[in-house]
Amino acid sequence: MDFAASLALIAPEITLSVSGLVLLLAAAWMGDKASQLISWLAVAVLAGCAAMVAPALCGGAMGADTVAFGGQYKADAFSAFSRILIYVAAAASLIVAPRFFDRLNAMRAEYPVLVLFAALGMGLMVSASDMLTLYIGLELNSLSAYVLASFLRTDDRSAEAGLKYFVLGALASGILLFGMSLTYGFTGTTSFAGIRGALDGSIGTGALFGLIFVFAGLAFKISAVPFHMWTPDVYEGAPTPVTTFFATAPKVAAVSLAARVALDAFGTQAAAWQQVVIFAALASIIVGALGAIGQGNIKRLLAYSSINNVGFILIGLAAATPQGASAMLVYLTIYVAMSLGGFVVVLMLRDADGNQVESIADMAGLSRTKPMLALCMAAVMFSLAGIPPLFGFWGKFVVFQAAVDAGLIALAAVGIAASVIGAFYYLKVVKVMYFDEPAEVVEGDSDPLHWVIAGLATLFISPLGYVLTPWLGDLADKAAAALFFAA
Amino acid sequence: MGGFPILSIMLLVPLVAAVACLFVRAESARMIALVATLVDLALGIALWASFDIGGAQWQFVERAPLFAGFQWALGIDGIALLLIVLSVFLMPICIGASWNSIQNRVGEYMAAFLLMETLMIGVFAAQDLFLFYIFFEAGLIPMYLIIGIWGGKDRIYASYKFFLYTLLGSVLMLIAMFWMVHESGTTDIPTLMAYDFPPHAQTWLWLAFFASFAVKMPMWPVHTWLPDAHVQAPTAGSVILAGVLLKMGGYGFIRFSLPMFPEASAQFAWLVWALSMVAVVYTSLVALVQNDMKKLIAYSSVAHMGIVTIGLFAFNVQGLEGAMIVMLSHGIVSGALFLAVGVIYDRLHTREIDRYGGLAINMPRYAIFFMIFTMASVGLPGTSGFVGEFLSIAGIYQASSWVAFVATTGIILGAAYMLYLYRRVVFGDQKNADAAALPDIDKRELLMFAPLAAVVMWMGVYPESFLAPMRADIAALDARVSRAAPAGDAQLHVGAPKHEASSHGEHGSAAAHDEAATGEAH
Repeated sequence: MDFAASLALIAPEITLSVSGLVLLLAAAWMGDKASQLISWLAVAVLAGCAAMVAPALCGGAMGADTVAFGGQYKADAFSAFSRILIYVAAAASLIVAPRFFDRLNAMRAEYPVLVLFAALGMGLMVSASDMLTLYIGLELNSLSAYVLASFLRTDDRSAEAGLKYFVLGALASGILLFGMSLTYGFTGTTSFAGIRGALDGSIGTGALFGLIFVFAGLAFKISAVPFHMWTPDVYEGAPTPVTTFFATAPKVAAVSLAARVALDAFGTQAAAWQQVVIFAALASIIVGALGAIGQGNIKRLLAYSSINNVGFILIGLAAATPQGASAMLVYLTIYVAMSLGGFVVVLMLRDADGNQVESIADMAGLSRTKPMLALCMAAVMFSLAGIPPLFGFWGKFVVFQAAVDAGLIALAAVGIAASVIGAFYYLKVVKVMYFDEPAEVVEGDSDPLHWVIAGLATLFISPLGYVLTPWLGDLADKAAAALFFAA
Repeated sequence: MGGFPILSIMLLVPLVAAVACLFVRAESARMIALVATLVDLALGIALWASFDIGGAQWQFVERAPLFAGFQWALGIDGIALLLIVLSVFLMPICIGASWNSIQNRVGEYMAAFLLMETLMIGVFAAQDLFLFYIFFEAGLIPMYLIIGIWGGKDRIYASYKFFLYTLLGSVLMLIAMFWMVHESGTTDIPTLMAYDFPPHAQTWLWLAFFASFAVKMPMWPVHTWLPDAHVQAPTAGSVILAGVLLKMGGYGFIRFSLPMFPEASAQFAWLVWALSMVAVVYTSLVALVQNDMKKLIAYSSVAHMGIVTIGLFAFNVQGLEGAMIVMLSHGIVSGALFLAVGVIYDRLHTREIDRYGGLAINMPRYAIFFMIFTMASVGLPGTSGFVGEFLSIAGIYQASSWVAFVATTGIILGAAYMLYLYRRVVFGDQKNADAAALPDIDKRELLMFAPLAAVVMWMGVYPESFLAPMRADIAALDARVSRAAPAGDAQLHVGAPKHEASSHGEHGSAAAHDEAATGEAH
């Protein structure tokens, strides 16, 4: 494959880097007054990139035509699916940000630029077909994310979140690098295809250690138990638009990355990592559910909920089948909509002075003071709990079906029984909003843009979402087929 | 039949009305809800009228491949038909019962009820395994809200208990469904009803389904959510809960457990019998000592559901027919009893039995209706309760005389607690001045009670109207399960006629033959 063809394949990355740099310059010259404009330009760039990768997804791109730079990078349907989710989530967290930061006089033009660079990193993560590309993408995303977490410079909690995220993220990167070096040492290559070939057959102890360290590093990034401890603190401390971003885009990227590493690079050693993934899945479901019960802060609750959801997504991975990979992608799509809806509703909770409300107790009686807002939140909560007919049920449906079809019946039974624990705290939020007497704290009005995003997300997770299932399932199947093409 | 999608329309009418109710004022919401439920009732009657008895097993079939992995498949047989008619019949009465007693958040209340109606019809009409599951589970949301928002003092505890109990019961059923679909390659319920799963797998599948239906039914010992939910729910909520939601468990046994896993059903019949016997006797005794009227009726529901499960697992036509009639009868009667409690609760705002007494004097019309429903609950001949209980017990007698014996004591205990309740509330001295001053039922309440009483009598005097639509389906089910039916201990068979007694006449010989047969039967 010649160089020009490779460049054509990485067109979204080029667009993101060039426009990120241009917007950075614009930010430097025009100052923070232009931050609104820069935000909208960044949204346009993300939309353009999504449009660029859409043909690859719809056409189910796979095979040699999608490989760039001698196996470093793969622009197949799988990466296109994840990218579209990432770009949409990033754009949504750009759109909701100005209203939040303006109030604190903290809107900086760097915010959209950082999100663009993070999106660039995430695009590399989901397209990586070599350990080195993977690492570069991961770090590019992480460095932007550390800065974003502490974006409210004057706020202690935000600074603390940034620091915690950085220290633990650096540790995770170290573990990942160590795993990668072991893998390299025992297989002699960093390319996924090469590792796959080298590990065909039995796996030696050294390579097994490498595999486990790689998975541990990835577990940090997707906040799976037992490497989840940073999540509640970072989610709570980071500014809410940034939390919206963290809960959606990087999660999609890290999960997709984990899927590619597991199914492509270590695809011939499924038995070796399946136990690791099964343990992480069940532990995440249970710890995520139990941890959330005592929370009084809605952002912390949603953080535990995201840990819980990662557990369900990993059940799809544990199946190690194309059906499981497709189920993961469907779940991720629905999860992104639910998280966006949930966090945007949290953004819309303001008291009479316009300050953010984050305590669950202050949401009491929301159904009477703000019925539509309460309805959106209730839909998100029932959906996260996986109660039909809300669309969240469909995500659980496909992953558990994949697990049962792959013969993992015990895993599915335990996982689904544990999901009942989770239902308890989702119900608690509904109870506070619907059954309790109004606390009359949430009185501020909401931004129309927030309404649009919350409304779209709610519409998506409403029963109407089921009409999308054939279409969504078809795209996810194409993406999963591309992931398994190497096999 | 034809191409008119009557089932989809029956689902759509309440759904659209529910959305409309959210956006209008209280008076309009009540009106919309009443009109929508009456339209559905009319459609339900049309459904019954155009149901071809003796025709195809599945009628009014609709298929649309709308979704991935499952499809929009509706269709009914006689069993589903009767349960749908029961649902649409009770709904306008529920709306009527809430007309004055619900004053806050009326729009949301009516919306929740209409949504409930859609989901109930959906459960009985679904012909796709996963579509059924979605309807089955979705009912939790409106019921949770109904109990939690408009319920009594301990509503929050009750709503949690209701939700989590039923959810935990149901999720394992979903895993079993995945396995079934993986194994058989179809989600179509009629196909699955004829599919033979390997017996060892049936055991596990049956247990997973049993977990769900036993909680929904509810069977002892997982019945404890029911008294809490019933007592705390508003009157109309209790009516729907007792009248229709409990029937979903029984329907589940008829539609899934028995035809899909006949061998496992036979294998676990002893378990069902044991739990049902405990339920019948134990919950009847518990009902006897209740001071709260709603709690008493709630426990009586558990006892009646015990009779249903006994009938279902008798593995013969009488038992199955009896179980269905008990379900229909209990749907009407317990609904009516909750309404009767609601009527006096609306006046005095207490459900404590001791606070009433001598209502026959100041509320004579009320006393008559309450009497009819009490008698129907007891199972007096001429009411619907008798037909169902008689058939159920006649059915189980062929399978196990001991179970029949214990179940029959339950009926005696049932008479005890119901008559005791009636005596304390309606007869006796007017010991409480405020209870003595209560006005008799008004026109609205009369309109609610009269159709219920009429149906109770109809079902008691001429049950053929209700047995006819489901006869063929029961026969088909019986044919499916009979291959696995456990051997009965009654050993009914025709004895050999005696020839040697020449001194006896024709009549005497027949009597002796009867005697011999009875002797062998014991």
